[in-house]
Amino acid sequence: MTAAVSTAPTRKAASGTFLKLFARNRLAAAGGMILIAVVLIALLAPVLPLQDPYAQDLAQKFQRPFSPGHLLGTDHLGRDILSRLIWGTRLSLVVGVVASFGAAFFGSVIGIAAGYFGGRVDNWLMRAIDMLMAFPYILLALAIVAALGPGLVNALIAVSVVNIPFFARNIRGVTVSLAHKEFVDAARLTGQTDLGIMVSEILPNVLPVIVIAMSTTVGWMILETAGLSFLGLGSQPPVADLGSMLGEGRNALITDPHASIVPGLMIFVIVMSVNLVGDGIRDALDPRLRSGALTRPMARTVVDREAVPPAPEVPALLDVQDLRTEFRVGKRTLHALSGVTLQVRAGECVGLIGESGSGKSVTALSVMGLVASPPGVIAGGTVRYAGQEILGAPFARLRDLRGDRISYIFQDPLATLHPLYTIGDQIVEAICAHHPVPKAEARKRALDLLESVRMPNAASRIDNYPHQMSGGMRQRVGIAMALVNDPDLIIADEPTTALDVTVQAQILSLLDDLRRERNVAILFITHDFGVVAQLCDRIAVMYAGRIVETGPTGAILSDPAHPYTRRLIACVPELGGGRRELHAIPGLPPAVDDLPPGCAFAPRCDKAQPACRGGEIALDGFGETRAVRCLFPENADAEARA
Amino acid sequence: MGAYILKRLLAAIPVILGITVIVFAIISLIPGDPATAILGSYATPENVEKLNRDLGLDKPLVQQYFIWLGNMLQGDFGRSFSLNRPVFDEVMERFGATLILAGTALVLCSILGVIAGVVSAARQYGFADKAITFVVLIGISIPSFFLGMMMILFFAVRLRLLPVSGMYAIYGGGDLPDLIRHLIMPATALAVVATGVVARLSRSAMLEVLRQDFIRTARAKGVGEGRVIWAHALKAAMVSIIPVIGVQAGFVLSGAVYIETVFQWPGVGRMLVNAILTRDILLVQGGVVIVAACYVLFNLAVDVAQSLLDPRVKT
Repeated sequence: MTAAVSTAPTRKAASGTFLKLFARNRLAAAGGMILIAVVLIALLAPVLPLQDPYAQDLAQKFQRPFSPGHLLGTDHLGRDILSRLIWGTRLSLVVGVVASFGAAFFGSVIGIAAGYFGGRVDNWLMRAIDMLMAFPYILLALAIVAALGPGLVNALIAVSVVNIPFFARNIRGVTVSLAHKEFVDAARLTGQTDLGIMVSEILPNVLPVIVIAMSTTVGWMILETAGLSFLGLGSQPPVADLGSMLGEGRNALITDPHASIVPGLMIFVIVMSVNLVGDGIRDALDPRLRSGALTRPMARTVVDREAVPPAPEVPALLDVQDLRTEFRVGKRTLHALSGVTLQVRAGECVGLIGESGSGKSVTALSVMGLVASPPGVIAGGTVRYAGQEILGAPFARLRDLRGDRISYIFQDPLATLHPLYTIGDQIVEAICAHHPVPKAEARKRALDLLESVRMPNAASRIDNYPHQMSGGMRQRVGIAMALVNDPDLIIADEPTTALDVTVQAQILSLLDDLRRERNVAILFITHDFGVVAQLCDRIAVMYAGRIVETGPTGAILSDPAHPYTRRLIACVPELGGGRRELHAIPGLPPAVDDLPPGCAFAPRCDKAQPACRGGEIALDGFGETRAVRCLFPENADAEARA
Repeated sequence: MGAYILKRLLAAIPVILGITVIVFAIISLIPGDPATAILGSYATPENVEKLNRDLGLDKPLVQQYFIWLGNMLQGDFGRSFSLNRPVFDEVMERFGATLILAGTALVLCSILGVIAGVVSAARQYGFADKAITFVVLIGISIPSFFLGMMMILFFAVRLRLLPVSGMYAIYGGGDLPDLIRHLIMPATALAVVATGVVARLSRSAMLEVLRQDFIRTARAKGVGEGRVIWAHALKAAMVSIIPVIGVQAGFVLSGAVYIETVFQWPGVGRMLVNAILTRDILLVQGGVVIVAACYVLFNLAVDVAQSLLDPRVKT
């Protein structure tokens, strides 16, 4: 009953893939086959050549399994266990399925009524359901059996009633989301009665949910009725379901265990196969499992590359060379980065700019192996810190660098700070991960830092939780955390995007001050040229997983060489009496699993020539300090000027 | 925090009242005449009438309910006719034994289940994950009463390691080591299914949390992987694991009914089953109300624990 029922996709087209997914799940398929076999045998019980399950023969009592005439032996009254087992299975299955239908029927009626009518009806019905759920389920079942008296039908009723709340809650949830959909309103306008709408409009849409809920609970109900029978409260002699067979066998457990083991194993097999099938159905229906999104990222990105490019002649603080990061989802491979080369020198601020999906965040995360993996894989290239290869280094080395020499500031500080630790503890932890200093000293340093990032009331704020702060304050915490070990490089991944404009300006000027004070290099990832102009010495423009243009900020802003850069700058609105026309770039960035040959921007470029689509285009020097990946750069005489 | 607990306590009162209404309503469904049921079919009409008057069964239902409720509030749950002692005393004594059993099982399933779930998630698709998933699948499919019987056969009868049943040895028992020896099998059998459920949910809660951005932040800080998993991720995952453990408490309490029968444990579950079989209605009524009320209070404690863990919960 703890299983949550997810809303099923009701599309017909999905049913083909559903069956395929289900069949691919070998365990589920095996469970399904066992279950079918058990059900078939139970159905065929009347025509199978079985002995009379009630024929007693005290002279033959407790025959061992495999004795002549009794394949599974006999019980305490000399009855054939095989026959009783098959008839008992039949009975247990019938009872479980009927109980399941009963619970589903009444639960759905209550759930649909509550969800459809809402308001007071909903309130009262759900209160009553909550009241039923306040019982440990068996107490309720026992109370019902106590009132009605022991017996299989009464046990069935008890188990069914106990499961009504589960159905009612799930069905109500789905109905609420449907009750105000257009098709329901439309039906109302045509003058249909409430009952008519519930039956003809709501019911077909909640039916899949009812079916799933039944598939997840039927095993449970078989087990519960068997349990009540086991206690002597269900089926009464001489009729036996699996539970009462087990209960009768228990009296001779020590001398003749087979009379207990046989029915017990049968219950186990049934429940297990139902569980397997239920799991299979849920997995096949859960779209998140299909996309592989429910995998957890490992401590570092998987590196799967052939050769490491040789080190550059003049090593910088950070050298990213020909970096290729992919996402491998099922059979598809998304080439997020197709050869990114980038340098950051000590104390320098480099802006990495591009639209969403251009690969700028992936570049940032690849540097310290933080791309979620699976599905991310670094498939080529290298990252060097101060001349030293990082991606192939042992994890211990990577961990030493993370947060100590190279630290990160992330975009959304509410999601990126741990919600259940105080910000003080989180900053202290960043210190203690690298330096064995006493807690008190680390805390003092954390406080100093909070003050230097201009956190108001730092002394009291340090014991706050992230949710108690504003976005701007949280980002100050993020910055303090990045600075805490005096790093050489900060990788700031859109640190101001989630903030409003005034706060954004404060955070930017704070970063600018801090980098000058502390001489720390920054790799600043953004989609905003305004931000770049304010902060960065150099910029690199990314498009579809490649750097398409690099150079000093001023030169690129005033004289963009790549058509994409020019179009991107044209998208930035000007304040005041702007004379520039605002142009959105037509079309969309290409899908990175299907990149066109040649220039990826060609399909959207107004200057594209056939040659642009021909083959690989190199990132060529453009003047002394710039480079551009374009056959026909804008404003060729800019090259002369640069 | 104090105000929060008080608020929750007040909110529990209508729930407990609701429980008494439901129990009363169910018991009133009894077909036929309870007095005849108690006295048997050879009772004289005079005796039946007298018993009905003694039990207050000649009054209207609503009045009967309030009399019953009033008596309960004064600690008077009536007298069990089969045991010939006050229901309250009997239930409390038996409930103690059940709490020892169910409490041990709950602690076992919480600790083992969470550890298994965390290891499974941290090694997703690895050998440990597959092994744990397989064992968990078997665990949640075995009926606890069957498992208990098999344990008796193996550990008590074949290996002679542990006592077959009961709570204390009849001769020379009664101390703590004796209790523990008797407790091992029933508590384990009772914990197995719940452990499986907790392990499954812990695994998926951990997988969910490990994908969160704050885990990436911890890794970006250079925090060791052990701490990332067992401190950062587990703490966040506990927010969704604790309610599951609360739900499991109900399941463990329910499973105790079977396990007490298998192991002859003198708990409230076995008492209820016997009371049903002997038609001792007052004992059933009292037992169900007391245990259900305690369960409500336990769930309240789970909510309080939740609010202590998660500062975002409004208290």
